Amino acid sequence: MPWLVIIFLLLLLPGLYGGLYLAPPDYQQGDSYRIIYIHVPSAWMSLFIYMVMAVTGAIGLIWRIKLAEIMSISSASVGACFTFIALVTGSLWGKPMWGTWWVWDARLTSELILLFLYLGVIGLYGAIDDKRMASKAVAILALVGVVNIPIIHYSVVWWNTLHQGPTVTKMDKPSIHVSMLIPLLLMALAFKFYYLIAVIQRARIELLTRERNSQWVKTMVSENDQ
Amino acid sequence: MKTARKQRLILITLMVLGAGIAVSFALKSFNENLMYFFSTTDVAEGKAPKDARFRLGGMVIKGSVERPGNGMMVRFKLSDFNKEVTVEYTGILPDLFREGQGIVGNGKLNSQGVFIAEEVLAKHDENYMPPEVKDSLKTPQKASVTGQE
Repeated sequence: MPWLVIIFLLLLLPGLYGGLYLAPPDYQQGDSYRIIYIHVPSAWMSLFIYMVMAVTGAIGLIWRIKLAEIMSISSASVGACFTFIALVTGSLWGKPMWGTWWVWDARLTSELILLFLYLGVIGLYGAIDDKRMASKAVAILALVGVVNIPIIHYSVVWWNTLHQGPTVTKMDKPSIHVSMLIPLLLMALAFKFYYLIAVIQRARIELLTRERNSQWVKTMVSENDQ
Repeated sequence: MKTARKQRLILITLMVLGAGIAVSFALKSFNENLMYFFSTTDVAEGKAPKDARFRLGGMVIKGSVERPGNGMMVRFKLSDFNKEVTVEYTGILPDLFREGQGIVGNGKLNSQGVFIAEEVLAKHDENYMPPEVKDSLKTPQKASVTGQE
């Protein structure tokens, strides 16, 4: 765990420094574009974490592995946070650049649906007392919601949207200058490690709460008390 | 693999596939409504609604921006590299509005076929580069207008 935090900081600090100080301003947006160092990695994470949640949910459904169920639900709130950050930072950038906080174009709307999916998963899990039962229900919801993931990614390609097309995640060469790209990739990796740290912590708590009546948890707690 | 697990695996695969197919049919039928804006070719071909507000997207043609009169009114031409539409707008333009830049306007066509915009939003393209690099690019870049390239 401390190692993960060290790696996270080693990626985050150069990423932030590179993104906010070293990277040159954009030819059109000036310094305003620097919000991509938070916005883009958050948006990537929102999709990535959803896929982790859905796949671990499916593993939990098929093989009835408790740990997969726990990883799935522990991912939900981290993913919801990243989705929320992506929406808020995009909105803050949209006002000066586009001239509006929000538009109902395909990209923005599908990302908002993703936030609702995450919140739905969290809410449904909380509403069912039997946590094994809750995990099954949540996994089905998450799996049905998977259709939204390609929609979010390709929305800017399939339809006319106000949101610009993909810059980095396309088959072609990225349309971003390399001096701006490197801090962006560092930030993206840093966010991945943040997720690992957060999800492990959450999974620990979830596991202990679920197994609070089992013998090994009781022994562990009583040992710590002494 | 045990049969029970196999059945669950098949069931889940079918569920995801079913949801995917259902959604793709729904999206296909709503395709037109999911377009955030009409292109200038749509307007020139009369596909855009008459007497109703709609959004029009395109690239501002270089050298077409003029300010007739002393007021806030701006007139410019939009293009999608195919057909052109003249737009009039009264108000404050967003930061990224400039010639050669993609924009989306919300408004109506008047009887002369001029688009009277009530709102103008700038559409940023997906290119990020330092100013020096932009200056060194002698060949003008083809900007993404429809986002479908």
